[in-house]
Amino acid sequence: MGAGHAHTLYVHEHSLVHRLPPETKVLSAFLFVAVVAITPREAIWAFGAYAAMEAALVGFSRVPVRFVLSRLIAVAPFVVFALFLPFIGAGKNIDLLGFSLSSEGTWAMWNILAKATLGATASILLAATTEVPEIVRGFGRLRIPPVITGIASFMIRYLEVIAGELARMRTAMTARGYDPRWLSQARPIAASAGTLFVRSYERGERVYDAMLSRGYNGVMPALDTRSATTREWLGALALPLLAAAVALIAVTTL
Amino acid sequence: MHLRDDLLHREVATGAIQDFPDPEPGLGEPIATIAEQFGQFSLNGHTEILLVANDSQQGLGWRMHAPDGFLTAGTAVATGAISVGTVSVALKQAKEQMSEKMVPLAGITAAFVFAAQMFNFPVAAGTTGHLLGGALAAILLGPHIGALVVTVVVVVQALAFADGGLTALGYNVLNMAIIPAYGGFAVYSGFRKLLPKSKGGVVAATGLAAGISVVLSAAAFSIQWLFGASAPVPFDTVFGAMVGVHILIGIGEGLISALTVGAVLASRPDLVFGARDLHPAQLQESGKVPLRAFIIGGLAVTLLVATVVSQFAVNNPDGLDFVAEDTGFISSAEEHSLGDSIFADYATSGINNEALSLAIAGTAGVLITLAVGYGLFRAIRPRKRVPV
Repeated sequence: MGAGHAHTLYVHEHSLVHRLPPETKVLSAFLFVAVVAITPREAIWAFGAYAAMEAALVGFSRVPVRFVLSRLIAVAPFVVFALFLPFIGAGKNIDLLGFSLSSEGTWAMWNILAKATLGATASILLAATTEVPEIVRGFGRLRIPPVITGIASFMIRYLEVIAGELARMRTAMTARGYDPRWLSQARPIAASAGTLFVRSYERGERVYDAMLSRGYNGVMPALDTRSATTREWLGALALPLLAAAVALIAVTTL
Repeated sequence: MHLRDDLLHREVATGAIQDFPDPEPGLGEPIATIAEQFGQFSLNGHTEILLVANDSQQGLGWRMHAPDGFLTAGTAVATGAISVGTVSVALKQAKEQMSEKMVPLAGITAAFVFAAQMFNFPVAAGTTGHLLGGALAAILLGPHIGALVVTVVVVVQALAFADGGLTALGYNVLNMAIIPAYGGFAVYSGFRKLLPKSKGGVVAATGLAAGISVVLSAAAFSIQWLFGASAPVPFDTVFGAMVGVHILIGIGEGLISALTVGAVLASRPDLVFGARDLHPAQLQESGKVPLRAFIIGGLAVTLLVATVVSQFAVNNPDGLDFVAEDTGFISSAEEHSLGDSIFADYATSGINNEALSLAIAGTAGVLITLAVGYGLFRAIRPRKRVPV
């Protein structure tokens, strides 16, 4: 797997979290984020508890904190939207530093900020402790149709090849003085998109032929047939279970 | 396992042997490219924050990947059910269309769509936008495979790149994969019936469909907001803002998609699913109509959408107005100097029917915007650029 290891998303470590089978981690991440999403926003302490769980997981998996924080920047555009909510939300009744803020809007901002950050951190941790092809394998073990996992694994495998081709085209254009300012000058971009599509498709046809000649019959052979043990499932599901307990307390005490 | 000699020979002849098993791409540049697009950091040891919005290459980096908690849990579940249902239909249809050959092929075209979202095109004055690619994928691969491919892209972006929330996948897949692919393809088929059966017709229909598909997904998002808003922002405001912004994005999307399909038609017309009904001879005649038809059609669609959208911009003051009204500084604001103009506050004075007057105001707004835009374009269009 030449391309598989070259990841900006994966942190190479040897922690327990890294070693868990991918399907347990994928399911655990989904369940955890789902619990976070249904927690009522008024239960502020519950979100603190979730954050603490994620922080513990970061420490446990030895993923650098800076790594997680810098990747969190990716959710920034929606955070900006959320920051506007106290101002544009309906119904104003809080006065803060001379501004009149909507309490509904402020709650909504908190809701989106908290859930988006916790959700993104969960995805970041999943990708940091599980290589992307492994995530796809986990999906397969969770009974996602092989066609979908197949498409995903080919996509991941060839993404860097195609992106590299794109980067070379761009370099070539720039080297020849291509510096468009207006949409009307975008024709070369579209032409290279078209070329890239044809090249990708033809590569796909060649790969398919190559695979057929090696005995491909529509299903990729599984190399790792070991399934997760009960202990591993329990270990991975401890996170969403703990979160669910917190959510339950939050709902009942509210 | 049986080896198929015939194919093995063909493979050697076509050079596929280099493509399988795994390619070994260089570690440097491509990864940096991917990382840059997602605001992650580079491989070389030290972390380096590349904010999407700050990336000068990115400019108008408009991403619609909503995070967790953006819509209510009920909406997430409902849209999730719709997405899963549609994807399973797409799976069934796609299997009939391509057999197992589709897996590597669809996977590599998924990588293309992923990369296509990195295609920055210039918008104006040095800002750039990028392709969303849903309608383009549907026209190139057919709606079912197109929808599947973009779904995979969206799911992997959420899981691996933290681009969009995991519980938001229901609506993200619906808005970014299913609606652009199926909606875009439906619009495409509609325009194909109206336009000449030629290469030009295919290209023009692609442009219109791709542009409209972006507006459709913005509208779909707004409708979901109506059912599951997580914030007290009225539907009208969200609809007006989302659709308004996406009309502009749609123009770029439409133009680039059209030109891309044109480029594919030029070299491998057999690969364009949406042009399979055409004979090679029909593909030869490019037809002079398209550019004008394209512009007129695009204008007509924009006007139509503006007329509809304007109905939602009704009496709802926009965000800033709202703040102003509430914080009380609107009273200190002078009446706008155009306050007496006939389009003031979007409703045309002198016309009693509110819907009609809003429609006229919306239409006029588009025309004026276009005129001003064209004027600006003429005024600051770069003359002969001096090489630096």
